[in-house]
Amino acid sequence: MASPSPSDAVRGDSTSESNQHEQPLQQFQPGARLTLERYFQDLQDADTPSSPLVPRYHTGRLPNGKIGDNKPRLLLMGQRRSGKSSISSVVFHKLPPSETLYLETTTRIKKESMHSFMDFQVWDFPGHVDYFDPAFDTENIFDEIGALIWVIDAQDEYLDAIARLNTTILNLQQHYPAINVEVFVHKVDGLSDDYRSDTFRDIIQRVQDELSDAGYENAPVSFYQTSIYDHSIFEAFSKVIQKLIPELPTLESLLNSLCSNCRIEKAYLFDVLSKIYIATDTSPTDSSSYEICSDYIDVVVDVSEIYGWDRNLIEKSSYGRGDEAIPGEAVAVEETGNQDAESLITMERKGNNYLYLREINKYLALICLMGDDSPSDKKALIDYNVGVFQAAMKEVFPR
Amino acid sequence: MNTGKRQQKQRKVLLMGKSGAGKSSMRSIVFSNYVAKDVRRLGATIDVEHSNIKFMGNLMLNLWDCGGQDGFVENYLTHQREHVFSNVAVLIFVFDIESREFGMDVVSYETIIAALEECSPNAKVFCLIHKMDLVQARLRLQLFEERAEHIRAASGHFQTKVDFFATSIWDQSLYKAWTQIIYFLIPNASTIEALLQELAEVIDARELILYERTTCLMVTHVTRGWEMENPFTDRFERISSILKTHKHSMAKHTGVPAGSANFAEMQIKTSQFMFFITRLTENTNLAASIPPSEQIFNAARVNILLARPRFAELDISAKPKTDTQQQEQMRRTASGTQVQGIESSG
Repeated sequence: MASPSPSDAVRGDSTSESNQHEQPLQQFQPGARLTLERYFQDLQDADTPSSPLVPRYHTGRLPNGKIGDNKPRLLLMGQRRSGKSSISSVVFHKLPPSETLYLETTTRIKKESMHSFMDFQVWDFPGHVDYFDPAFDTENIFDEIGALIWVIDAQDEYLDAIARLNTTILNLQQHYPAINVEVFVHKVDGLSDDYRSDTFRDIIQRVQDELSDAGYENAPVSFYQTSIYDHSIFEAFSKVIQKLIPELPTLESLLNSLCSNCRIEKAYLFDVLSKIYIATDTSPTDSSSYEICSDYIDVVVDVSEIYGWDRNLIEKSSYGRGDEAIPGEAVAVEETGNQDAESLITMERKGNNYLYLREINKYLALICLMGDDSPSDKKALIDYNVGVFQAAMKEVFPR
Repeated sequence: MNTGKRQQKQRKVLLMGKSGAGKSSMRSIVFSNYVAKDVRRLGATIDVEHSNIKFMGNLMLNLWDCGGQDGFVENYLTHQREHVFSNVAVLIFVFDIESREFGMDVVSYETIIAALEECSPNAKVFCLIHKMDLVQARLRLQLFEERAEHIRAASGHFQTKVDFFATSIWDQSLYKAWTQIIYFLIPNASTIEALLQELAEVIDARELILYERTTCLMVTHVTRGWEMENPFTDRFERISSILKTHKHSMAKHTGVPAGSANFAEMQIKTSQFMFFITRLTENTNLAASIPPSEQIFNAARVNILLARPRFAELDISAKPKTDTQQQEQMRRTASGTQVQGIESSG
């Protein structure tokens, strides 16, 4: 078992051993489960929260295959200067897109572990290496891979990229037929709308034609238009990651029943750190509702950062001084407030949606776009149903 | 104003500086709901562009965005001298940190300062050293201080009264500078503050922030108890910037014009604090940070609702009333909060 984590305290069924560890921790931060923490993923060696169940992932391998570090891998590949490192920095390290100009060329495989609702590794590959050179340990690279993300620069000559992509797919197909291949047609922000869709269609056509010429029909390849300057890269990643979650159908049906019971227009289950949504209800998605939710997370996290600072240290010291204690507040501190962060925005103009956010667990938040009905009527109903949803989530993801 | 007669108080604000320094960009972002990257669309300002902005507390900003090309400046200093430089409450002079001819900029500044001294000697001068984002982070402070000293030396009559800010449209420093400028201009800031303090005591708030709705600029704030120890000293600018960003996001994705994408209420409840923003008067919102307790939260909401009329009295957009009614209200407000009158200045 790994070291105790705050989530143990909530579950309440943790072993006595971990309870002993828990005690001093709680003394320092009563009720202070860090809500909506943002920088967690920068801790490279962060402890994985313990779980009674062995996590199962869809790894593209049979369960009795070689056991590696149990993390699905996302491989970022493509021609050099196609934007692989920029994508990984923007999505997983929150680098402002304008700063990616200064990233240096990647010369060796960069492995990064993400600790979030599910642990996965992102391997950023240098663009110029030929992986099927016998000198490379292909087994080591492609073993346990979750998805291969191939990045194509839409603003550049892409024929070479397509040729290499096809070689890679054909090679992989022989040994690892279960790997999802995801093609990001990247840097589309620089193209005009017409030209963009033409390019996109052209690339799809070429890849599929060449693959079927090689005798590989209906290849499992998906295509996305992406750009780091808007939300499209996050949406594309969301869809890639959703394919790796075996529980996805369960999550979707949970969200569906939540939506129908509370008349929610659209509900997303977000990973707060990466702003990737891991599930949504099955009603049609449009990117603007994703963007509203994603921006809304920013607001809540930013405000939480400002006012969620650790008061305990100061409270302790002022108790020490004795005379500084402020009446009224001392009583309030005993109350824990909301266990899970919750937020609501109502818009001024009639007929506009309003937004509801609720922290589901350490990593996930539920965000709902509501219809036109007044929130005050239904707030209690929504709260209750979200509580039920949260309990169900706990069963799906035990940690 | 000492008679107690209330009327819309126009304060003239001049926005000047060399052509291309970023005056109109700044104005568009703060007052016209532009986002930073939209300012590329702006062309050169021809002559003077006027805009009127209503604020809380009997204040109407009359902003003169003065085109900075030499021909226009020449004109302001000669033919329009009286017209431009009289009755100025605040001069905002924008310096471009990247400027190759800083010496020339200061000379131009000196002539404008001279004109200002002649026509409105009581004006206040703010110098914004702009486009700081273009300087390497470690050199910023040093460069800013050097420039500020140089400019101060050239400020003549206003030497002791000039305030300097380092700004950039790409971060919250812009809001920091403008918050200070607005605060200076509000004629009855102390009345508002006292009323806000009273409200904070009643609802047991850790912090109250009153801000203007369209610009998201803070009017004033009250901080109590431990919140004074909050390590984020730049939180007011940050909140302005967060809210503005959110407003743009809502406007963009719902198809509502940015000017009217206001939320009626926002709540954030966590285990460490509760925070909500609600409308206070016609053009102000109130953000409150309170201890994490549902009772306090609900009580605070009701109390703020009840306090609205008292703040509305201070607001310029309240319905016009007869003189006697207004005087009576003035007295009520003043006696209720133990603060006398409204200061006035030339």
